[in-house]
Amino acid sequence: MSCCSFTPLTARCSASPQDTEAYKSTAKEDMTRWQSSLRTHGSADWVIIVVETNDTKKKNKTNILPRSSIVDKIRSDFCNKQNDRCVVLSDPLKDSSRSQESWNSLLLKLRTLLLMSFTKNLGRFEDDMRTLREKRTQPGWSFCEYFMVQEELAFVFEMLQQFEDALVQYDELDALFTQYVLNFGAGDTANWLGSFCAPVRSWSGLLLRRPIDMEKRDGIQRGEASLLDLRSYLFSRQCTLLIFLLRPWEVTQRALELLHNCVQELRLLEVSVLEGALDCWVFLSCLEVLHRIEGCCDPAQLAANCSHTVGLWAYATDKLKSLGELCGLVSEKGPTSEDLNRTVDLLAGLGDERPETVSSLQSPYKKLKEALSSVEAFERHYLELSHAAMEMYSAIGRLRSARLVGKSLAEFYMRKGDPERAETFLQEALKSYTSEGWSLPVTHTRKQIAECQKLLGRTEEYPSDTEGQSRRPLESEPCVSDCFSLTSRRSYLQTSALLAGDANLTTEERKHFCQEILTFAGKSEDQPPKATLSMAVFSQLTRLQFRPATASVHSGAVLQAELTLRCLMPVSVRLQQLAVSIHFDLERAGTNGRSKGASRHANPGTVEFSQAHAATAAGPAAASSSSAAGPPLELDEIQDRSPTDNSLNSTGVVCKNTHLVMRRHDGGGGGSPPDTPACVAPPPVTTVKDGGQMLRPLLAGLPQMVKFTLLTGHYAVKKGDALQLSNTDSMPVLPSASCTARITSPAAELVGESSLSIQSSEKVTSISLPATPPYHTLEFHLEVLCLIPHGGERPANERLTNGEVRHRPRSYSHPDLPMTAIDQRMSIDCPWSIYSTLLGLTFYIPFKTKHTLLSAGNRKYIQVCVQNMSDVNFTLAEVQLAEKPQASLELQSLNTKTQQLLCSKHSVFCLWEVRWKDDLPSCLHVRAHILPPGGEQHCRSGFLCGLEVCITRLTEPAEGEAAEDSKTDADGLKTTKLMYEVADSSSNWAVCGKSSGMVSMPMAADATHKVQIEVMPLFAGHLPFPKIKVLKYLPHTAAVAIQPDPDSCVENDSLSLLDKALDDQGDTASIRSRGSVHSVGSGDQQQQKGVAMPRLEAFAAGQVFNHSHAQQVLVLPATDDHIMEVNAT
Amino acid sequence: MAVCIAVIAKENYPLYIRSVPTQNELKFHYTVHTSLDVVEEKISAVGKSLGDQRELYLGLLYPTEDYKVYGYVTNSKVKFVIVVDSSNTSLRDNEIRSMFRKLHNSFTDVMCNPFHNPGNTIQSKAFDGIVSGMMVPTG
Repeated sequence: MSCCSFTPLTARCSASPQDTEAYKSTAKEDMTRWQSSLRTHGSADWVIIVVETNDTKKKNKTNILPRSSIVDKIRSDFCNKQNDRCVVLSDPLKDSSRSQESWNSLLLKLRTLLLMSFTKNLGRFEDDMRTLREKRTQPGWSFCEYFMVQEELAFVFEMLQQFEDALVQYDELDALFTQYVLNFGAGDTANWLGSFCAPVRSWSGLLLRRPIDMEKRDGIQRGEASLLDLRSYLFSRQCTLLIFLLRPWEVTQRALELLHNCVQELRLLEVSVLEGALDCWVFLSCLEVLHRIEGCCDPAQLAANCSHTVGLWAYATDKLKSLGELCGLVSEKGPTSEDLNRTVDLLAGLGDERPETVSSLQSPYKKLKEALSSVEAFERHYLELSHAAMEMYSAIGRLRSARLVGKSLAEFYMRKGDPERAETFLQEALKSYTSEGWSLPVTHTRKQIAECQKLLGRTEEYPSDTEGQSRRPLESEPCVSDCFSLTSRRSYLQTSALLAGDANLTTEERKHFCQEILTFAGKSEDQPPKATLSMAVFSQLTRLQFRPATASVHSGAVLQAELTLRCLMPVSVRLQQLAVSIHFDLERAGTNGRSKGASRHANPGTVEFSQAHAATAAGPAAASSSSAAGPPLELDEIQDRSPTDNSLNSTGVVCKNTHLVMRRHDGGGGGSPPDTPACVAPPPVTTVKDGGQMLRPLLAGLPQMVKFTLLTGHYAVKKGDALQLSNTDSMPVLPSASCTARITSPAAELVGESSLSIQSSEKVTSISLPATPPYHTLEFHLEVLCLIPHGGERPANERLTNGEVRHRPRSYSHPDLPMTAIDQRMSIDCPWSIYSTLLGLTFYIPFKTKHTLLSAGNRKYIQVCVQNMSDVNFTLAEVQLAEKPQASLELQSLNTKTQQLLCSKHSVFCLWEVRWKDDLPSCLHVRAHILPPGGEQHCRSGFLCGLEVCITRLTEPAEGEAAEDSKTDADGLKTTKLMYEVADSSSNWAVCGKSSGMVSMPMAADATHKVQIEVMPLFAGHLPFPKIKVLKYLPHTAAVAIQPDPDSCVENDSLSLLDKALDDQGDTASIRSRGSVHSVGSGDQQQQKGVAMPRLEAFAAGQVFNHSHAQQVLVLPATDDHIMEVNAT
Repeated sequence: MAVCIAVIAKENYPLYIRSVPTQNELKFHYTVHTSLDVVEEKISAVGKSLGDQRELYLGLLYPTEDYKVYGYVTNSKVKFVIVVDSSNTSLRDNEIRSMFRKLHNSFTDVMCNPFHNPGNTIQSKAFDGIVSGMMVPTG
């Protein structure tokens, strides 16, 4: 028994004794012996199974006392404390419930006892193991010994199918060993590590085909194992367990880690290894792991998980390549004798092939041996591996890794002297680096390409031809061509040019490549070299400046573009010719010449090209990175002000072009050309503008110069083309003798001047234009006059001669100018368009007039106020007031000056006296007198005084007037009713009693009516007379009755003010009943609605002359409050 | 400590790449560029399973014999790659994480600079300083 834990439980079946007697005689003795033998072996785990059969049962029945049964005997004899150690199995061979139950309990007990036993034993074992591990700092401690102990535990777990636990044991050992190695690296040396530091003599690689590599295990046990042996054994065990656990992909991952780790550890422990030995070991190990995995997985599973295996493939490829280089299998000439010696040494370290793989044709051992045996075999194996790795990388989408392998393959081809194949891979890699903007790899790869192209070029007469040369089909490389697309190749010259301008290279290197180009150029003298090289290769456009700055000109005009180029060549290169071509981009034509570049740069019309990526080699890299930079931010300041007090609430910065800046930049590398402002043709429409009113407003009533500007667009005006201007009657075009037109180029330079021939009729003006080239400007002036319309008379809509409806000139006030504006329209017909152009002109009436009729006694005057609203000064001459033909008036001008200056924004008053040829227009005189109270000479404030109003009719009213509002009195005298009202607006006077009243005026001249009104002055001093208003009182008429005026209520109200005690009590026609003065409410009004209402009508201006207008009367203070106090002392 | 630190734009061009001067710079460029394969693989794998709640730290991208390459990707798909010498075994995962965090913070500062044009290579001295602090000190 090598280990107690292997047989932890001993069972004793006692079936023989059939009765107590037999037990006592034979079995007991036997069992005692067994027990003592167990004790001598130190085993505490045992169980006694007593098998009962039916016949014994029967016999037992005779034994009434249960104690006397065999089971009880055994229990009392052997299991004094552990009753559970004795199990009864009843009738094991019978199919009864009792038998079944006893079997179950037996198994349950066995299980419990076994587990208890294992727990106890393993616990003890682990304790021992831990104790051993704790001693590791003591001298003489051996890792190998400890390894054996812990591995035993792992074996137990493995046997118990506890692979996870078994793996943990190995992982712990792995970690412990790793820690020791690390500690060694840190200077903490352990003695036992010495054996692992021995020079590596065998590098036969991992062996994963045996469950336990006893050979290596023995080596470890003996303490003779090398680091690689230990690692190999450890990994083989781990691998076995992982495969048991169905985790093959963890094997590959761990394998890669292990291989890297071993290489590092050997380096750390400074173990001397034959050069290339490790490569052999790694190569063999990689392949061994891959073979092992392939052995336990089906191909579909493998293909789906090649992301796990590809690392090993690539690693193996790498190692094989370095082995090949080491053994001289890569060079063109083949291995030297030195190389061959090295190969022999390396192969010796491999030892003999393991018996497991001897029969297999594709074992790693055989592969390596074969690969190292000859150049051809090596190439075959290497290509196979490389392509497998590349294929796998491509399959899982790791294209960069695939290209890196490809590059390495290219290097191999270069060494083999096959630059053509190398170039394919290099170009592929270069494309990847350029598209992603990795400048250093770009430079490096390009350098390799240059080398390769130079090699190719040596065979070719003209290196530039390589571009057009068809690629040799890659039939011999079956798996490569599908993952790489064909690309057009640059020639050696182009590559050299790119390299010459590459800032990543040293100046010497750049000069070398520059010289290469120059040498080529100088070589072929007989025929001029036709190698076309991209400009971007030599130079970089740094600045593009446009003149004019808008970069938008009409066709035929000159657009200057100044290009600033930066030469990328390391030495000065002679340029013989430099050409720039402009291409019209249809997609950008819509921008209509708006230069984006100009708007966002401080320097107008200049586009600065980013210098940031100057270091990056030209090509898509620069384009993609500059597009990645995105558009510049357009920022604006915002201020939020309070609406009430304009105080600043908040301020901030907003980005106006967020949608552009925040836009996703997907699919980089779309090498779009830099954003250059395009020269775009202006819209082919001829437009006519008038520039006159821009300067100052056109004034109506005065001849005004209107400037016509004709932009020809793409149309060339021929000699004889005529413009037809149709105007309205109210705005005639004034004929002028000479009129010249100026023709200017788009650059605002005067091209020519020529006189225009103008033929104008009343409504149509025809202007013959001079010949004008396209996109030029033609300017001429015409004099027009806008007639000031007569007030009141509105001309009806009239039609212009060309059929355009001429709308009535609208007059309105200009919002800025206080002048009344008149819109005039003009229609222009031109030979190059079937449409008429309507031109709106706005004129302003410069004057405002007001007139008033003034009276002075019997005299009447007309005052006219002329206000100049415009900004210009006028001279007012020959002021005349014209009378209407039917008026029989005589106007006498009182204006003495014949000429008067009317300054801007000033007014002039003119006066005329009006005389009636027949009779006076004034019909009433109103004269007021203030009568001081009796005996007093003057009025006193606060004292009543009399106001005598004397109304005198001067003329008999005209016939119509008399008929309208006269009424025949009872005595046959015709009278008209007048209402007077004393209204004091300035509250100087208090009217006591009635303030208004009605008088009947006889319809005769000089009829006078006197009214006495009591007024009281409220203040002392010179008070103006209270105002006396006289109104016509029109009694109700039928017409009025039918149509109650909405104003009637108002009139009603005003009438209600009338005192009831009117002196003409005779007239009861008034609707208002007496005494209802104060009750004229809504009810009355309702009642009065629709009933004939009397009306009040004011006299026309000049009909009533108030004599006492503006008269004043002296009012004394009421009492003399100034009492003089005289005190005698 | 790192032997190479790289910041790679969303479009996979290098925004910043620095390596210890003692070793072949070109080799690191190749290594970092190739590591993008694994970065993309990891991003897409994570994107499928977790959606927006993803860990920025991608862990060990791939080991080579000489180097360990670690990756980290910001939410704006800017990648950070730190290359550590394989012999440098004392470096723990946590330290790598904190290096990435530091790098990310500094990168954020660079992006916050109103004068920095996003998409241009990083020229910031402060960023350079942070990176220098994380690099293997050279002689």
